[in-house]
Amino acid sequence: MSRLDMEGLSTGPAQVWGAVRLVPLMRAEPLTDLRLHREIYDKGAAGGTPSTSGGATTVAAGRRTAYTSYIPHGFVANWTGEGGPAAAYGSQFGDGRAPVECAPLHLPRKLTQRMPRSGRSGDGPSGLRFLPLHLALDGYLALHFGGPPIVWEEWTRRAVRDGLSPRAETAYRGGRVRGLADALRIFEIHPAQCGVLVYVADALAAAFVVPHPDDYRALHPSLVHDLYGELIHQYGRYGPRTVPDVPVRIDPEYIASVADLRAAAVRRQREWAEQHHDLMAGELLDESYSVRQVHRMGRFRLSRFLPPFALHRAQHIGEMITDGKGRVAYLKTFRLSDKQVRRGHVLDRLAAHDWHLGATAAAMGITVPELARRIRQLGFEELVKAHI
Amino acid sequence: MATRAEPATTHADLVAAEDVLLFVNAAITSTGQREFHSGEHAQHMSLDFLHAYVRVNYRPLYAASLALDINDHNAALIVRHLLETAGEADAEQRRVEGRLIAARLARLPAPRVYRLFRALRAARVNNRRTRAIMRDWLAARPDPALDALKYRTGLKCTARHAHLPLTTRTGQEDDGELGDFLFAPGRRKHFTTPLLDAWRRAHYEQGALYELPFTVAEGFAARRGIDRRTFLERIAPRMTRLERLRLQESARTHRAEVGADLTGMPLTRLASYVLGLSLDDRVARRAELTGALRAAARRTAGGQAGTWGRVAAVLDDSFSATGSRQKRQRPLAVALACHFLLEALAGTYLPLWTSGRQDALLAYPYGATPLGMRLLDALESAPERLVIVSDGWDNAPPGLAGEVLRAWRTSLDPRGRTAVVHLNPVYDADDFAVRRLSASVPTAGVRNAEDLPALVQLARFAEGRTGLAELRAHLDDRVRRFLEDAGTGRGEAR
Repeated sequence: MSRLDMEGLSTGPAQVWGAVRLVPLMRAEPLTDLRLHREIYDKGAAGGTPSTSGGATTVAAGRRTAYTSYIPHGFVANWTGEGGPAAAYGSQFGDGRAPVECAPLHLPRKLTQRMPRSGRSGDGPSGLRFLPLHLALDGYLALHFGGPPIVWEEWTRRAVRDGLSPRAETAYRGGRVRGLADALRIFEIHPAQCGVLVYVADALAAAFVVPHPDDYRALHPSLVHDLYGELIHQYGRYGPRTVPDVPVRIDPEYIASVADLRAAAVRRQREWAEQHHDLMAGELLDESYSVRQVHRMGRFRLSRFLPPFALHRAQHIGEMITDGKGRVAYLKTFRLSDKQVRRGHVLDRLAAHDWHLGATAAAMGITVPELARRIRQLGFEELVKAHI
Repeated sequence: MATRAEPATTHADLVAAEDVLLFVNAAITSTGQREFHSGEHAQHMSLDFLHAYVRVNYRPLYAASLALDINDHNAALIVRHLLETAGEADAEQRRVEGRLIAARLARLPAPRVYRLFRALRAARVNNRRTRAIMRDWLAARPDPALDALKYRTGLKCTARHAHLPLTTRTGQEDDGELGDFLFAPGRRKHFTTPLLDAWRRAHYEQGALYELPFTVAEGFAARRGIDRRTFLERIAPRMTRLERLRLQESARTHRAEVGADLTGMPLTRLASYVLGLSLDDRVARRAELTGALRAAARRTAGGQAGTWGRVAAVLDDSFSATGSRQKRQRPLAVALACHFLLEALAGTYLPLWTSGRQDALLAYPYGATPLGMRLLDALESAPERLVIVSDGWDNAPPGLAGEVLRAWRTSLDPRGRTAVVHLNPVYDADDFAVRRLSASVPTAGVRNAEDLPALVQLARFAEGRTGLAELRAHLDDRVRRFLEDAGTGRGEAR
């Protein structure tokens, strides 16, 4: 369990449009040795994947199993480590350091993909390609995916044989969230901006951080193509039409000179940053997450994280790239709805007690029929036998 | 505090004054086109409501606003609405309205007037007064043959609608040549008016199309597949001043020679042209462009040049100055033009761009709007006048500019030593007004930087302390001068 280390990022003044509030995150010193850019997959552009047509990708994953996904766009991370010269995609690297040799891949499944060694960057790896939010969602969907390891009699035959498969969750494209597209269009990007926190009806919908302001400028429009939770979609549609702006207030009584006025303005700005950190982003930053490393690239690690699935709290899943000191270089999160949190919670509890209904119910302080009811209500009705 | 209006000023009066100012600001800024923050439809809806509201409640003031620097789109709308609802006015009002309409139409560009006439026709407005207005306006056109060529459909429509006899100015004995040209061009073997005959010959003789006006010739050139470069070079002498400016860059890419005297161009147009150039081009032509902008500014400033004392300006070049696809970089162009005009008007001048950049010529929309911080920088220099040119979306942090201005007015400068005015080039459709920064600072809409001195005058009414009587007096004065100018034939406005 660990927290997100957002050191180096400072909060800027929010911009509000309708029910969407966008809070910019600024970096005083951008990271130059990790760069992200966007790759749009259209017909045949996703070179290296076994079969591609019109953005839909199918990967053969063993006998009679295929992994199919539709990919609107992907991110490519380029980095430098120590060694020879590195080049990537016209991105500029600070010093003449080079990429690491091919890092060994230890992946449960192939969620990331090495860029093909095409002629464009000579020898050496040209980057790591991954799909935004894919890691995070996959982590959530694969939670205790295997099902009960012990054949307790309450579980159905299917539950024991197939586990939780198929497992599905609904998400909405950013364009479907009312007001988000407009808010992103008219948002004025700050010169040093490296990230943004998206609030819809003042609920934190997503956090997005990249290493460099130029990357942010390029990737800002991609936010509208991203996935947002059911809850955010509902808030956008049925929530308040506008959220109040938080205007600065200065008390003229104590102002005796322009310098006083300036000091007061700076103070207000700092207060806003602190308040925002405590009140609004607290749910993201204070939570401790179980982080799982997926990939190493030089001094950076790509990992995904899951919240503790505590009930009745806003929780986020996400993926990030951290540097050697654990500071966030790239971050993308997805807000879970209450029901999704409950699902995670119940699955976690069950797994903790070896999927024994009696023991789990006792630990949760409820009866076995009540637990069975909850499991059914959460969309796992095929798992428990009907008479329980 | 400024002079308080006489005790007779009632609450209703203040509201009326505010309503009228609201409308004037909207009529100066909004063109019914898409803006950065609101769509075209929202702009239209909002503007239509304002027009109806002011026309019904303050009809004389509605008509009088024709004398102000409102934009052409709104001028045409006002004329149309006045003529459509002539029944609501009494005889005296109609007489005044008629004079105002005639004077304004004389200053509107011809295409817009023809469009207005067509709209009147579509709305089935065909009373005696409307016909008289059309007749008088057409009679004052310098060259009917040119109109018949360039605005063929418009003229045809007007002539049909108002039952006007068509006469060319050239031949003394009028044999209905213009009528034939418009309605039955095949009837004549040739025309005696050279321009009309050139049009006839252009159908089969390539050389003849270079005697035609540019827009007409362009169609012929396209039909004949004439090389663009050759065409531009040969038609150049027939282009109007603004056509030359508009085609500068197009001609450059085709390597055609289309000379344009940049120093003679209107200031805001010139600013728009400069912003349309790439940064490299602007660097390469720095001396020429700066010279042209300065010359235009000096010409606009006229006798007032150098009389404004210490002036500071806060100019908005944040991302929202991009405008929209239809009003490309318009807010930034206005800010740039204001920059050069203020430079000419001021004794000492301190420009502050919101992005913190210094080089005005290389301005481009970028970043957030830290208006409050720039205002602090400006106020530190204790200027005599402070001009803010911004769309009023102060967001870094939001509302700081308003607070700074309020605190400045209440604590640091209660006597008003510094005259602060906010000029806003963008109409906010949701608020039915240009966005204000603070209640303590007057805000006026601005469309062309050339109107800046007049707007600064008008803005003092926007402080909300002057009643309707004063505003009415001001409007009466403007109307009187407007009609006098029209009477002496001050020629067409820009």
